[in-house]
Amino acid sequence: MALLSKKDANLILDPLADNNPITIQVLGICSALAITAELKASVVMALSVIFVMGVGNVVISLMRNLIPSKIRIIVQLVVVASLVIMVDQVLKAFAYELSKTLGVFIGLIITNCIIMGRFEAFALGNGVWRSFLDGIGNALGYGVILIIVGFFRELLGSGTLFGIPVFGDPVAKTGLYSIGYENNGFMIIPPAALIVVGIIIWVQRSRNRALIEEA
Amino acid sequence: MGLKEKLHQTKLKYQGKKMAPAFNALHTFLYSPNETTHSGSHVRAVDDLKRTMNTVIMALVPCLLFGIFNAGYQHYSAINGFPENFSVLEHFITWDNFWLGAITVLPIVVVSYGVGLAIEFLFAVIKGHEVEEGYLVTGMLVPLIVPVDTPLWMLAVAVAFGVVIGKEVFGGTGMNILNPALTIRAFLFFAYPTWMSGDKVWVHGAVDRAGTADAISGETVLGYLAQGNNTEMFAKYDLSEMFFGFIPGSVGETSTFLILLGGLFLIFSKIASWRIMVSAVVGSLAMGLIFNGIVAAEWIPEYSKFYGLMSFEFWQHLLVGGLAFGIVYMATDPVTGSQTNRGKWIYGFLIGFLSVMIRVFNPGYPEGVFLAILLMNVFAPTIDHYVVRGNVKRRMKRLKNATIFPKVSGEVEELKTETV
Repeated sequence: MALLSKKDANLILDPLADNNPITIQVLGICSALAITAELKASVVMALSVIFVMGVGNVVISLMRNLIPSKIRIIVQLVVVASLVIMVDQVLKAFAYELSKTLGVFIGLIITNCIIMGRFEAFALGNGVWRSFLDGIGNALGYGVILIIVGFFRELLGSGTLFGIPVFGDPVAKTGLYSIGYENNGFMIIPPAALIVVGIIIWVQRSRNRALIEEA
Repeated sequence: MGLKEKLHQTKLKYQGKKMAPAFNALHTFLYSPNETTHSGSHVRAVDDLKRTMNTVIMALVPCLLFGIFNAGYQHYSAINGFPENFSVLEHFITWDNFWLGAITVLPIVVVSYGVGLAIEFLFAVIKGHEVEEGYLVTGMLVPLIVPVDTPLWMLAVAVAFGVVIGKEVFGGTGMNILNPALTIRAFLFFAYPTWMSGDKVWVHGAVDRAGTADAISGETVLGYLAQGNNTEMFAKYDLSEMFFGFIPGSVGETSTFLILLGGLFLIFSKIASWRIMVSAVVGSLAMGLIFNGIVAAEWIPEYSKFYGLMSFEFWQHLLVGGLAFGIVYMATDPVTGSQTNRGKWIYGFLIGFLSVMIRVFNPGYPEGVFLAILLMNVFAPTIDHYVVRGNVKRRMKRLKNATIFPKVSGEVEELKTETV
């Protein structure tokens, strides 16, 4: 027996590709631009959002029949804010350097449109298990793009992956650097993330033409 | 059967095949095709896109030749010292200068065209349209706006980026928002700043010699000014040298004199807009005057890091750096510039104004022409939009006040509402 029914599996798989929150719905762009200069930061950001999204969707789904619809946005904000504070505190306690790099952007998960979007569109109207899968799926879809962008930006911009030199030492001129290669400073600044995300969108849509919007 | 006939036969053979666009591009570059338009009315004129592009290239060739000689001249002068009684024929137009310039500059030209055209051909074959001529000018502009010692692989990466991201993603020639040549320059500037600024990159060999006993420096005029070394700069270069271009700088941008001739040529051949050129010059003078005024009013102390550039005579800004080159060849790009006449005045003025402003305030690099033009490229459609809106509004107002004489009395209001 399959672990998940086909319908449930699609809750996770759809946001990874054909309904990706970043490349298709164009949500959550802000953090995708800001923190993807390093792969490590991208991974931590992705994990944080997966946690917030998964737990948040479950909590909202549990409370969906209790929340008066007039104040639902406030309730959603309270839920996401408490979860984000938990993530923030954990990071500060166990990964202080990293939490400094991510800075304000962990706090800004609160305003990440993907999260509020999923609360509104899915968790308020669906059961706990399906909401959980939907939350994990969307956060994974977000995380995948973050990691792809972070991979290229760190590799081309700093010549490292997770801080480990890949091409050699740029100062001592070893490896690729000895034949004149240099790191691309453009990849470190945020506009480069915009262009990398754009290229991902381009590739995705030329592989699956059904995704191209009508002009 | 002559060559021309053979080419036509080959063309017919490949019609409708995948490689047809690539073949046609080469074919029509050399010969006019022996076919006519079949339907609809069409304009008979000689100045198609290819002719336009070739005219601009003709205007650029003097700059390229000058750049080749200047590359050699700057290199040898930096090593052997500048000649005492400088004479153009004796010290500038020499085989040594030409040879050194040729082996440093021509590879840049080859890489620029090679990579750029390869991408154009690739996209034409994939998308199945004819190869457009847009890259002919870009390919010539790029070598002229980079430092002479730019590593060729960096140039190749930048050209690939500029052509794909700056042009092809928007739909190819004629659809781009940003000037591709400037996109390439901006990419180089942000990606490899150490190769695009400083006092080493402008003279061939200076980077390799840095740190050795033979070290040479090739500080640009603006570089001196940015450090506040105005007197030192004027001791080294006088105004005529700046005007004729015997100064270090990007390959083809130094000679304001030749750029001026090229600009006049473009104006008289009606290729480039004189409105943009004139208003850009006015804009840069205006900004220069403001800075000179600030210095004259003693609002800024002499130890300020902007003092050197601010106290530079306003009109001399036009002689140094890439300002003249940018105004004549880049700002006038018909695709990325404003289309309306009034829009052109605004667009050009702001380019000049912002160029000098960025030049003075840019902390990392005392030049801002390419940034100013790229910025205004983005704003050009907005400017046009408001110019057109303004026109519509004015005419509406005129219409409102106009008296309409109807054939039958009593239809005035009806007619009015109909026209509005």
